[in-house]
Amino acid sequence: MHLDHTHDRHAAAAVGADARRADGSRRALRIGLGGPVGSGKTATVAALCRTLRDELSLAVVTNDIYTREDAEFLLREAVLPPERITAVETGACPHTAIRDDISANLEAVEDLEDEVGPLDLILVESGGDNLTATFSKGLVDAQIFVIDVAGGDDIPRKGGPGVTTADLLVVNKTDLAPYVGSDLARMAADAKAQRAELPVVFQSLRSEGGVQDVAAWVRAQFAAWTA
Amino acid sequence: MTRAALLVLADGRFPAGGHAHSGGAEEAVGAGRITGATSLEAFLRGRLHTTGLVTAALAAAAAAGGDPAELDAAADARTPSPALRLTARKLGRQLMRAARAAWPSTELDALAREFPKGAHQPVVLGLTARAAGLGAADAAYCSVYESVSGPATAVVRLLSLDPFEATAVLARLAPELDRVVDRAVVAGSAVATAGVDALPAASAPLLEIGAEVHAAWPVRLFAS
Repeated sequence: MHLDHTHDRHAAAAVGADARRADGSRRALRIGLGGPVGSGKTATVAALCRTLRDELSLAVVTNDIYTREDAEFLLREAVLPPERITAVETGACPHTAIRDDISANLEAVEDLEDEVGPLDLILVESGGDNLTATFSKGLVDAQIFVIDVAGGDDIPRKGGPGVTTADLLVVNKTDLAPYVGSDLARMAADAKAQRAELPVVFQSLRSEGGVQDVAAWVRAQFAAWTA
Repeated sequence: MTRAALLVLADGRFPAGGHAHSGGAEEAVGAGRITGATSLEAFLRGRLHTTGLVTAALAAAAAAGGDPAELDAAADARTPSPALRLTARKLGRQLMRAARAAWPSTELDALAREFPKGAHQPVVLGLTARAAGLGAADAAYCSVYESVSGPATAVVRLLSLDPFEATAVLARLAPELDRVVDRAVVAGSAVATAGVDALPAASAPLLEIGAEVHAAWPVRLFAS
């Protein structure tokens, strides 16, 4: 993507999107996961870590809004060693930390690369937010927006930057659809209308291998990053 | 110099990490010391004349060409709380990134190399002002303004305080900000001849203690 960027001076990561680290090596691919509160971002991160950790060198940055619960969940689940998980505090505004002022998150990803690298992939999980929250291109190379069927099957129709522009839209908790009266076919049609050719994955992490489609998408992103 | 550069640097949207910090206001709200606009004003006035004055003098001294490493050590000596020292360095590192993107400068590059995990924020702020073609008073203005505007914004979120009231508090404090800047610039310019001992060391023990208490809270909205 940005592989032919030339560094001015010895600018130690003055610009977050630079594909090379200060020592000239390629930095890790960064994928952001955003979406409303409770849609299953942390569960998706945990499942991705379990699926990919044997093939890729992984780390995670969480952006809890007022606790360290997401980081602690990942630690408790032991999806990665603790030194590979960092929590960023966002001061009541999770979207600011991933979009308008990305400095704390950039420091977290750079410190992870310095301390536990080399890394292939860093997952940056946003705090739960609204439908307009998207990641800055200065922070991540690609982003996943996670919604769930129980949050209302009209969310794809409502659109918003998260649903419309994310590189991957994940509709989570499909197992709950019959219980909450959500129409999956309608959600798929609305998502298609909003996103044209951008991909959409319907998943339930309750079932065995529930995260496989998202994991396959991540593998493809990584292949493109290293190509 | 360009006066507009001062607006860029002083803008609350300048992406240097300040949005995640309350300047001690979250702890003060939790302890019941800030409950509304009146107590917010008292808190901000106390902050302005203690840590606000010290950080502004540091920023002014750095903007005037003082040695950044000596000023950084002076900032450490004036910050008893380890939590606050850590916060000041984190914010210094975050400001450094934004500053180098906005106003590339060999002095900023050198400071980044010397302090890869961050120098004290006011020192970075002073060098940033230099890089932007601004003077010592401009650096001091940025410093005193953020010493009160950050906590005021945080209290709007923490107490659902009327934002117009919070802004009126800042406006009422403005003449005092001017006076603190004057003192900070005098002290900052004295560093060239008298060394860093010329810098004020006005201490706010409750802010220092509160910062340590806050750092141990398991659940909080702000990083400091």
